[in-house]
Amino acid sequence: MNAVLQYAVQGLAAGSFYALAALGLAIIFGVLGVVNFAHGAFYMLGAVTAAVLLDTLALPLWWSLLVVPVLMFGFGVVVERLLVQWLLRLDPLYNFLLTFGLTLVLVELVKQRYGVSGLPYKLPGALSGRVDLAGVVLPRYQLFVFLFSVAICVLVWVVMTRTRVGMIVRASTEKPELARALGINVGRWVTPVFGFGVALAGLAGVLAAPFRAITADMGNNFAIILFAVVVIGGLGSIVGAVVAGFLVGLVEAFGQAYAPTFAQILIFVLMALIILVRPAGLFGRKEATA
Amino acid sequence: MRSKRIGAGASAMTAVLLLGACGGGGPGGSDGDFTEGKLVLAVLNDQSGIYKDASGPNSVKAVRMAVADYQKKYGDRAVVDEIEVTSTDHQNKPDIANSKASELYERGGADVILDVPTSSAALAVANQAKKHKRVFLDVSAATTELTGGQCNKYTFQWAYNTYMLANGTGTTVTENGGKNWQIIYPDYEFGQNMTRSFTEAIKKAGGTVQGTIPTPFPNDNFATFLTKAGSTNPDVIGTMQAGGDLINVVKQFNESGLKEKGIDLAVGLMLITDIHSLGVDQFAGTMFTDAWYWNMDAESRAWADRFRDETGTRPTFEHAGNYSAALQYLEAVQEAGTDDADAVVGKLEGKKINDVFLRNGEIRAKDHLVVHDAYLARVKKPSEVKEDWDYEEIVTTIPAAKAFPPAEASNCSL
Repeated sequence: MNAVLQYAVQGLAAGSFYALAALGLAIIFGVLGVVNFAHGAFYMLGAVTAAVLLDTLALPLWWSLLVVPVLMFGFGVVVERLLVQWLLRLDPLYNFLLTFGLTLVLVELVKQRYGVSGLPYKLPGALSGRVDLAGVVLPRYQLFVFLFSVAICVLVWVVMTRTRVGMIVRASTEKPELARALGINVGRWVTPVFGFGVALAGLAGVLAAPFRAITADMGNNFAIILFAVVVIGGLGSIVGAVVAGFLVGLVEAFGQAYAPTFAQILIFVLMALIILVRPAGLFGRKEATA
Repeated sequence: MRSKRIGAGASAMTAVLLLGACGGGGPGGSDGDFTEGKLVLAVLNDQSGIYKDASGPNSVKAVRMAVADYQKKYGDRAVVDEIEVTSTDHQNKPDIANSKASELYERGGADVILDVPTSSAALAVANQAKKHKRVFLDVSAATTELTGGQCNKYTFQWAYNTYMLANGTGTTVTENGGKNWQIIYPDYEFGQNMTRSFTEAIKKAGGTVQGTIPTPFPNDNFATFLTKAGSTNPDVIGTMQAGGDLINVVKQFNESGLKEKGIDLAVGLMLITDIHSLGVDQFAGTMFTDAWYWNMDAESRAWADRFRDETGTRPTFEHAGNYSAALQYLEAVQEAGTDDADAVVGKLEGKKINDVFLRNGEIRAKDHLVVHDAYLARVKKPSEVKEDWDYEEIVTTIPAAKAFPPAEASNCSL
């Protein structure tokens, strides 16, 4: 029982990274229709930026959780204005290729500047160590990661469903023509939404910094699993991305525990099953497949 | 022989003649015993990927240092005036390594290929060396196959192999009380090979391996693998992961609380660049086997200072190994008076060497494994670190005869 609980928390912690990043990916896809292949690279940039800020300015994790997403938002805005926007009217494949190319460029730039063996990152004392919850010993940082990302996901959900901005974004996602007819300037929201999605990937990167190797390649494998997450949750579905993120984390953890050789394959088996049974994903709308 | 000036003049003439003859004419006057009148040392390694920092461009610089030292030592008496060092990227892919090696030997005029990390890539290059009858000095690949089942006359393994790593760490940690082991390993050739070597060494030293857990490669989430490994309460968890995967393992091990339960982490393959990138505090106390350490004595340190002047950083054992391999190759060429591979191999075989990298070294004639002293090292505590890259304390020296498998055990026939 003890072990099972431990595996579950580890799965939820791993799932937190997937959920946050997939949330950004889903929002970008929803509003821009862009399959952002550079999401893994943005996640990597978040972690690298946090490590550099710690090294040069001694900026601790707490501040990085605030500062890095802001920087990444700015970076996302620049990328959207300079590159992505020009291809929005064309076949989605063009932006897919663009973001894929962008990934290669960003990864190589980080390699050139910071080498390949990775950057150090030290966890703040308050978050290191273990907590004892009724006999189950859990790493404090894993719990923090889980709770923090749940809070962010809830926050995003509230903004999306309870505020004017959120309603405009959702209207732009679901019925852009109608939204325009009602006098909403849909185009105005494209840039900030892209920036916001990038910021979420960066935030996942900051959370990963104390726990994962910070290297230029850290986003590569991550991005592949991320796409599985988004497909499982349903392309463009915000709730789906989050639920699927945690689900994939759990599948990974229990796979590692009970069938180590198949741990990673299980995620893709799950994806294949979902595609067979519900092609639009767990929370996807039927139109999403059209 | 002849004077340097005449030699240089003649070799310039030769070059002109060769140009005129579209490369068709054989070398005339000077350096007549050298193809195209020059010696070409080709470094083939990872210039941009995961092993770039461990070896990469700085190994090319180390080889250049060896050339400079050779020229300084022999001056006018050098048997060859023109020595070229080239650099090629194999991206750790066996197919690319294979075609690049073929190209280097055939059209690049390479007399020797050096370095070649990644076991599968190294085996491909060994095959090309055999085919073209040219020398291959491998420094950075670990598989025992290079000088075992797939050995050949022209291939040498200069720095280390999986036996050395397993024997050093597995044996010593077990003898020091770490009787019960769990091993996690990346599920591919290197990881499986390492796990076999470790299991053998642990059993021989009187320990038990409670379990082995394969993990995907590459992978960034090891939390549950570690929890599972710790569930049988072993004394030691051995990790065979390398590079970025190793850093993931160590970060997550330190978070897991297994250390407080009295479980130690033993690392199969660690390079000083791994310690540097993760930070010494995360690794403090970890034991591992090293082929060489830059600060292990005055001689190494003096060379490491020169290396730092050239590169701005401290050398890994792979950098020092490349320097040593290039230097000893040049010495053998000097002795042979030609770049003819068979003659040079003849001079290398059985040679006993002491240089900045090899201590009590011997190039074994039977299988071309270069045996030498290895070291059991411990990562220092942050409070013990006195300068940049001052990360290791050498606990014991493992004498050459014990560090590597005995020649009788080798299944190599040249």
